[in-house]
Amino acid sequence: MRHLLSTGDLTRDEAVLLLDTAEEMRSVAERPIKKLPTLRGRTVVNLFFEDSTRTRISFEAAAKRLSADVINFAAKGSSVSKGESLKDTALTLQAMGADAVVIRHGASGAPARLAAAGWIDSAILNAGDGSHEHPTQALLDAFTMRRHLAPGQHGLDGRRVAIVGDVLHSRVARSNALLLSTLGAEVTLVAPPTLMPYGVDSWPVETSYDLDPVLPKADAVMMLRVQRERMNAAYFPSAREYSRRYGLDGKRMAKLPEHAIVMHPGPMNRGMEITADVADSTRSVIVEQVTNGVAVRMAALYLLLSGARDAASENTSDTTEGQA
Amino acid sequence: MTAYVIRNAHVLGTQVADLRIVDGVITDIGADLDTTDAEVVDATDLVALPGLVDLHTHLREPGREDAETVETGTRSAAAGGFTLVHAMANTDPVADTAGVVEQVWRLGREHGYCDVAPVGAVTVGLGGEQLAELGAMADSAARVRVFSDDGKCVSDAVLMRRALEYVKAFDGVIAQHAQEPRLTEGAQMNEGELSGVLGLTGWPAVAEEAIIARDVLLAEHVGSRLHVCHLSTRGSVEIVRWAKSRGIDVTAEVTPHHLLLTDELAASYDPIYKVNPPLRTADDVAALREALAEGVIDIVATDHAPHPSEDKDCEWAAAAFGMTGLETALSVVQQTMVDTGLLDWAGVAERMSAKPAEIGRVAGHGRPLAVGEPANIVLYDPRSTRVVRPEEAVSRSRNTPYAGRELPGRVVATFLRGRPTVLDGVVVEEVAA
Repeated sequence: MRHLLSTGDLTRDEAVLLLDTAEEMRSVAERPIKKLPTLRGRTVVNLFFEDSTRTRISFEAAAKRLSADVINFAAKGSSVSKGESLKDTALTLQAMGADAVVIRHGASGAPARLAAAGWIDSAILNAGDGSHEHPTQALLDAFTMRRHLAPGQHGLDGRRVAIVGDVLHSRVARSNALLLSTLGAEVTLVAPPTLMPYGVDSWPVETSYDLDPVLPKADAVMMLRVQRERMNAAYFPSAREYSRRYGLDGKRMAKLPEHAIVMHPGPMNRGMEITADVADSTRSVIVEQVTNGVAVRMAALYLLLSGARDAASENTSDTTEGQA
Repeated sequence: MTAYVIRNAHVLGTQVADLRIVDGVITDIGADLDTTDAEVVDATDLVALPGLVDLHTHLREPGREDAETVETGTRSAAAGGFTLVHAMANTDPVADTAGVVEQVWRLGREHGYCDVAPVGAVTVGLGGEQLAELGAMADSAARVRVFSDDGKCVSDAVLMRRALEYVKAFDGVIAQHAQEPRLTEGAQMNEGELSGVLGLTGWPAVAEEAIIARDVLLAEHVGSRLHVCHLSTRGSVEIVRWAKSRGIDVTAEVTPHHLLLTDELAASYDPIYKVNPPLRTADDVAALREALAEGVIDIVATDHAPHPSEDKDCEWAAAAFGMTGLETALSVVQQTMVDTGLLDWAGVAERMSAKPAEIGRVAGHGRPLAVGEPANIVLYDPRSTRVVRPEEAVSRSRNTPYAGRELPGRVVATFLRGRPTVLDGVVVEEVAA
């Protein structure tokens, strides 16, 4: 792996390696000293063109636990709003010697541009681009599912996952649909037809316009954030109607099998796509997702910057195996 | 003025003959012409075509001289074998008055590389609300006959009706940029499986087709002439075919890039492939080629859209729409239409010279290669190939989508009214009289 741009680029072996490495990283968090020397002397830049405190903090914690130097670069405004262009920002980071750039950008494909345009040599980690992908979110979701639904196994073979909500605009849904099917899970996307992407028939998933029949068979249900403003663009008539047809409340949650888990990538609209009692219920793994996010991002940074070696047992003799 | 004898040219790709040019006119065509007092241009193995006519060029002057000027754009046109280009109206200021169109027309005359026929805006400032002074532009020295808000669609049905009606007074034509604005808000690429996967806002085919369908019905109702710019979908072809079968006075153009490139290229997120209308599917490309061969699509027009590098050296959403095309048009048409057996060179001459000149109602261009006709001639070597290198462009801009691609053919010489603007594949300096 040179970059992490899309979960569609990951083979099953690579995806499993990322999850296994994240397991090791998570065990580090249970040690008295939660820090590995692995990326000492390496520089990781968090380049955020969009505000996302939670994702930025998660990457920052991950990089610091691997002893990397972390630079947070909040690039307010892109070239769209006549700020500094993506290219000039990239040239600046290149000149500073960034080893990895974690990029969050409002434009789909901005990380792919950084990786391919020749402006910068760093490893590029996509931390969410437009309505395209958010690979580390999908990895932490898969990691969380594997711990609960398939402990001790490599993949998620045969597990049924429902992803519910604004699939059209969701980078989380795209990354999850690709990754979970690579890992053997059966994914069902649930959304009103207006929020289902054009051409979704070609995706490796099932689809449903109706939430209720999907729930009794689901091992995990992932609720996506739905912006209230979408109703102004006629994607649905009202927030109330959306909640009634696609929201997860206590009554719907009762249709889930005993072992099923409820997930949400956050931030939640309590009362919109998920009710407070569901979000705070014992089935909810939403807070655990955040914990796992750090472990998964440690794994991604580690594998991109150090190559595939045994992470937790590594000592300070780490040095030469740089990226290409 | 110097006389020329073009030696051994394949006229329209068939008969081999010499052409004698004196005082801007073809004075003789035949074998072994007398070369006394004439410069000889060896055209052995070269195809002679009438000078190409582009109905859709963006010269960017006035306003965006960093992207292109009338001078650099007409040099680029000459290098591509064109002797007349229609300059689109979306400049700054917009070409919506007699003053602006006369300025652009005059700049073309002064530089002398290629004639310029300005296109007038349909509405004031391309605003889509009030008709521009179409008659004043028609009566100006620029003699405007083609009117277009290109870049924007005349989406208001009443305004479109009135424009279609009004230009009948001076035999004008409305060239519509067919793009339903509400269906394409924020649109970035063809709406299909790929747009969904890439997370780029889709540009549905129906946004083009719905406008074309409406416009052909309007044109029928008011008995006017309609031209459809850069048609890009199979559905649009079907609507135009239907309209023509009903006798509606509609013509249509296709760009070279829509004949060759597909939406798959967007997967790179490289905005060099970002264009309006967007690149479509391979099925659409096949339909466009067939329609051009059949004559359902009347002409090829470049939609040459130069942009400075910073407008493409960025993320997809921030990039400008458009690609250059004048210098590669004939090569792409050779590859997609001639080498595939869909068109012969006479067919190319019809679609890239005679017919566009007729739609634009321009005199002295698009004429046959015959004695007594103006000597607007391009000599083209279809046997050579070249790899496109953006840095070698004659245009001021480098945004060609064919960088690194091998294309067939090469323009060897272009004559504008008997004067070479290109010789040995190189633009002739200071051609102006």
